[in-house]
Amino acid sequence: MSLSIQNLTANIGDQQILKGVNLEVPAGEVHAIMGKNGSGKSTLAKIMAGHPDYTVTGGDVLMDGQSLFEMEEPDERSRAGLFLAFQYPMEIPGVTIANFLRAAVQARLPEGEELEATDYYAELYKKMDALKIQRSFTSRSVNEGFSGGEKKRCEILQMSMLEPKYAVLDETDSGLDIDALKIVSEGVNALRSPNRGFLVITHYQRLLDYIVPDKVHVMVDGRIVMSGDKDLALELEAKGYDWVTEPALA
Amino acid sequence: MPATIEQDDKPQIDIDRSVGDFRYDVNYEFDAGVGLSEATIDYICDVKKDPDWIREFRKDGYRKFLEKPMPTHWASKDLENIVFENIRYYLSQGVQPKRSWDDVPEEMKKTFERLGIPEQERKYLAGVEAQFDSEAAYSNIKAAVGEQGVIFVGSTEGLHKHPEIFKKWFGKVIPSSDNKFSALNSAVFSGGSFIYVPPGVKVKHPLQAYFRINAQNFGQFERTLIIADEGSEVMYMEGCTAPKFETSTLHSAVVELVALKGAKIQYVTVQNWSPNVFNLVTKRGLAHEDAEIKWIDCNIGSRLTMKYPGVIMKGKRARGEVISIALASDGQHQDTGAKMIHAADDTTSNVVSKSISIGSGVATYRGLVDIPPHRKGCKNNTECDALLINSHSRTDTYPAIVARGNQNSFQHEASVSKINSEQIFYMQQRGLTEGQAMSLAVNGFVNDLVREFPMEYSVELKRLIDLEMEGSVG
Repeated sequence: MSLSIQNLTANIGDQQILKGVNLEVPAGEVHAIMGKNGSGKSTLAKIMAGHPDYTVTGGDVLMDGQSLFEMEEPDERSRAGLFLAFQYPMEIPGVTIANFLRAAVQARLPEGEELEATDYYAELYKKMDALKIQRSFTSRSVNEGFSGGEKKRCEILQMSMLEPKYAVLDETDSGLDIDALKIVSEGVNALRSPNRGFLVITHYQRLLDYIVPDKVHVMVDGRIVMSGDKDLALELEAKGYDWVTEPALA
Repeated sequence: MPATIEQDDKPQIDIDRSVGDFRYDVNYEFDAGVGLSEATIDYICDVKKDPDWIREFRKDGYRKFLEKPMPTHWASKDLENIVFENIRYYLSQGVQPKRSWDDVPEEMKKTFERLGIPEQERKYLAGVEAQFDSEAAYSNIKAAVGEQGVIFVGSTEGLHKHPEIFKKWFGKVIPSSDNKFSALNSAVFSGGSFIYVPPGVKVKHPLQAYFRINAQNFGQFERTLIIADEGSEVMYMEGCTAPKFETSTLHSAVVELVALKGAKIQYVTVQNWSPNVFNLVTKRGLAHEDAEIKWIDCNIGSRLTMKYPGVIMKGKRARGEVISIALASDGQHQDTGAKMIHAADDTTSNVVSKSISIGSGVATYRGLVDIPPHRKGCKNNTECDALLINSHSRTDTYPAIVARGNQNSFQHEASVSKINSEQIFYMQQRGLTEGQAMSLAVNGFVNDLVREFPMEYSVELKRLIDLEMEGSVG
């Protein structure tokens, strides 16, 4: 059981962004990808989720043995168990959090089965309490007028409601102050389980103090150039990226 | 990150019209034939046993119809495609509506049952009129409401049985000469409702009319007149459907509302016309002192809709309001808006319009707010929001605010937004299909207005939007 990225190459337009990514995240583990801006980290996340702007030119991503690319639409991949916490969550005016999540949970039920409203709200409130989110939050429009911290908490709330097999967190720490970072990290840690894998994409080591990874990978120019344990993150923090970057590009 | 997707290669809109798209064969007892002439009008008058003044009113309307030009210069050239000689102007199985569903002819009864009308009547309506082509097949009002003196009948019955009230207001809010289609309606009108609410009576539940076009090459010309006497309140709701035909169908109604001192009228429309219908409707209300008229209007479907509900605020402190939602799917044109005439001091009007254009659909907002220079204390608020879905959609806003003088206030806000591909991607990442995502976004866009609709209608509205959006993606 793993999320297995195999020699993945991808373009946007004519420009190659991913140049052969290999990475395996076993269920139960948390892996971090670190790298400079423009190294291809966020692209990797979007490609796995099925963003229409990118073209996969080679390789594969297997989720517990099933190719993500056999599922054409992003929603099929989502329902199969892949979750992406967005770096910039989108605003959806007029659509409340409660209705949005309800539609998403409903979409996972077999055809003809109707989600029981009382069960749904009981579950939603339980998970909101765990993330210290006020009840009034449910009637606000998705991400509209949210602070950075609220947006990220909302992403984690969605993740906890949808219970994915594999979750990709794209720069979840960006725009968070230290208190929000703690709450979000606690939320993620509470979801760690032997049946669930995480791929945490981040620019800074700071997040990894709270979400402690099993492995850290460094991405440079569309490839994973170095992997190690959590200490690698500290080393990157101390030395910067250049010592990895330069030999890789040479 | 670039956020655009070329949507040009998307499959064309294929609207699911399963709700209204069916028809049963009906043998009409009365048929005025194809085309329009004085003889057509005489035929209608004879069948309906119209009094002489109505016969003269119709013929006058016919002359004005012939004189008036088509408003193609400012509206749509598509109007030229209406072939008046090919239309059937009157089809019925008799002029007397039934008071019990059991007496309604089988095909008509089946039609309305399929549309859920008798069920809604039992659940939450104070009265129902169900029009099938030219005449009401069924008309009834709950006993308790009738006992309060409320009159709710068809226009023919109204003019025969209540001439003293009918004649006083009929054609007074909208003269036949208002436009070519109000003139046409005046010539051949049939069906529609006549409502009178006595002073102080507050009708708790809505009165509903349902307009069903069943015949091909047919024109439906209902005529509705609602009079709310002093201090009374009434809500009227109308629904409309037609099956999808190869040829065009014409729906051209005239609706006149009169709210006397302190009265309140709410007029709710949810139309779901098939895409072959020309829907050219004139609606206007006259609000006396302290009276309030509110049009809540939802336009889904049709080939071309031209409709600008208006309120003439004739008495001091009168209020006028138009809340409208228009959804223009591929190949459709929704040309809608509002007219607010501030004819007295301290009058207030509010217009909130939201339109959605999908594919090659065109939504136009056309507004008129008129505040003459010598008025004072008048207020208008106008908000127009348009939502575009995919690259060839179009939206136009023509807000004319004629506010002379400086003792009045008005404000106007307009916005145009798009559902962008990043929003759709975000929602799809949570497991919603593209169609579900679009539907959710559109429902979100109109959400605040949908709340203005009565509960039962807001559910219906959401379902209609879902159907349109599900059909709009491949």
